[in-house]
Amino acid sequence: MCLGIPGEVVELHAEQPDLAKVNVSGVRRLINIGLLADDPPKPGEWVLIHVGFALSKIDEAEAAAAMEFLEGIGQAYQDEIAALRDSLIE
Amino acid sequence: MRFVDEFRDADKAHALAAKIAALCEPGRQYKLMEVCGGHTHTIYKHGLEDYLPESITLVHGPGCPVCVIPMGRVDDAIHLASRPDVIMTSFGDMMRVPGSNGSFFDAKANGTDIRMVYSPLDSLKIARQNPDRRVVFMAIGFETTAPSTAMTMLRAFAEGLTNFSVFCNHVTIIPAIKAILDSPDLRLDGFLGPGHVSTVIGCRPYEFIARDYHKPVVVAGFEPLDILQSIYMLMLQLSQGRSEVENQYSRVVPWDGNTVALAAIGKTMELRPYFEWRGLGFISHSALKVRSAYASMDAELLFSVPGVRVADPKACQCGEVLKGVLKPWECKVFGTACTPETPIGTCMVSPEGACAAYYNYGRMHRNRVPEAARLGAS
Repeated sequence: MCLGIPGEVVELHAEQPDLAKVNVSGVRRLINIGLLADDPPKPGEWVLIHVGFALSKIDEAEAAAAMEFLEGIGQAYQDEIAALRDSLIE
Repeated sequence: MRFVDEFRDADKAHALAAKIAALCEPGRQYKLMEVCGGHTHTIYKHGLEDYLPESITLVHGPGCPVCVIPMGRVDDAIHLASRPDVIMTSFGDMMRVPGSNGSFFDAKANGTDIRMVYSPLDSLKIARQNPDRRVVFMAIGFETTAPSTAMTMLRAFAEGLTNFSVFCNHVTIIPAIKAILDSPDLRLDGFLGPGHVSTVIGCRPYEFIARDYHKPVVVAGFEPLDILQSIYMLMLQLSQGRSEVENQYSRVVPWDGNTVALAAIGKTMELRPYFEWRGLGFISHSALKVRSAYASMDAELLFSVPGVRVADPKACQCGEVLKGVLKPWECKVFGTACTPETPIGTCMVSPEGACAAYYNYGRMHRNRVPEAARLGAS
C-alpha cells in the first residue's frame, strides 16, 4: 500500500474529469487524477500512483527506474498489481 | 533498461562510496536516519551499508505506516467490523497486523466482514452496492495516503453517500521525527527525508530540523544511487558544518509539495491532540481525525469504539527498532518467534518494516559476522 507505482496515462475519462485510464505493467485501470488538478496529466504522460490516486507526474526514465525497483521487490509488488487489477474505481 | 542503468550503475556507486568515505573525519562516528521504510527496503535489498565506511551507521526510522499502528487501534477496528451492519474495508498490508486477539485475517476467518481494497475509492463502490450496510474504511498511512482518504470523503460527500465512513488512523511524520530528535536514547547526525511523503508535504516542513536542531536533511529517492547520492549530500553538509534541507529527489518531489492534496487533507481532517504510536507511545499532534464538518463520516462518532489501550507484547521490541535504538536482529524474538509469516511485532509485517527488510534479505551479517569472529577467537 505504501508503494508508488508508475503508470502511463492512456486516456482521460470523457465524463469525469478527475478520472483517467492508466496502463501499469499491462494492467489498464481507472485512477483518480484529482490531486494533479493544478496541472492535469495528458495521455502519454507518466504518473506515480498511490492507492488509486496519481500523486505526481514523473518522466519516462523515472517510471522505468521505479518499475524496475518494484519488480525487484517481488511479492509486495505482485500483491499491489493484483489489488490494482481488482480495484473498483469508477 | 537503459533508463534504469543510470540509477544502478555499479561504477557510479563505487565512485560515490569513495567520495563519501573521503568526507569522513577520522575517529568520528556518523548516525544517519532513513525515515522512510521504502528507503530501508532499498538499503537492505542492495546491501548499501556494505558500500559505506564502518564509521557511518544507517538508522531505520519510524516511516512505515503499518508498523506504527498500536494494538489497541487494531482491536478497536475489529470491534467495529464485527457489527453485523458493518463492512470494513482495508488495505492488504493491514490484514496481518496483530491486535491483542488476532489480526484482520483472523477476524475475517471467523466470519467478520472485512474486505481488502486497493484504494479507498473502492469502498465507495462497495457502499453503493450495499445500501443496507455501513461501509467503514480503515484509514492508515502518513501524508502520502491521507490525501486519498480525503479525496474519497469529498467524493462521498458530493455524491450524498450516507453509508460510508472512515476509521481514521492517519499519522503525520513531522511530530514523530521531532519525538526522535528529543529522545535521549539517540544521537543522530542527519536525516534522509522520505520521498513519497514529501511529494505531498514538500520540503519546507523539515526546515525546523536544520534550523533548530542543526542537523542536515536530504529528501531522497528510492534507487540505490539516489540513496548513496543523498548520503553523500548529507556528509558534504556535515563536513562543511552546514545544516540545510536539500532535495535530491527533485525529479518527483516539488519543494512546496502538492497544494491540492494538502488542501483536501485540511478540508476533511484536523490534528488530534495526541495519538499513540506503536512502540513510541503518545505523541502530541501526531495524527489526524475527521473534521467536525464531516462528522457524518467519522466512524469514531458513528459507532461506539472501545478505545482500549493495549500494551505491546513484552517480547516485542518494535519501539526500539522504530526509534533506531536497536537493529532488528538485536530484538530477542527476531527471526525466531517473530517472522513475516507469524509476526509478533508490526515491523515484521509490512515489506517496508525494518525487521521484514532485514529478514527477507538476510542482512544480519554486517554486525553478526564480526561478533561471531570475536567469539570464535576468544
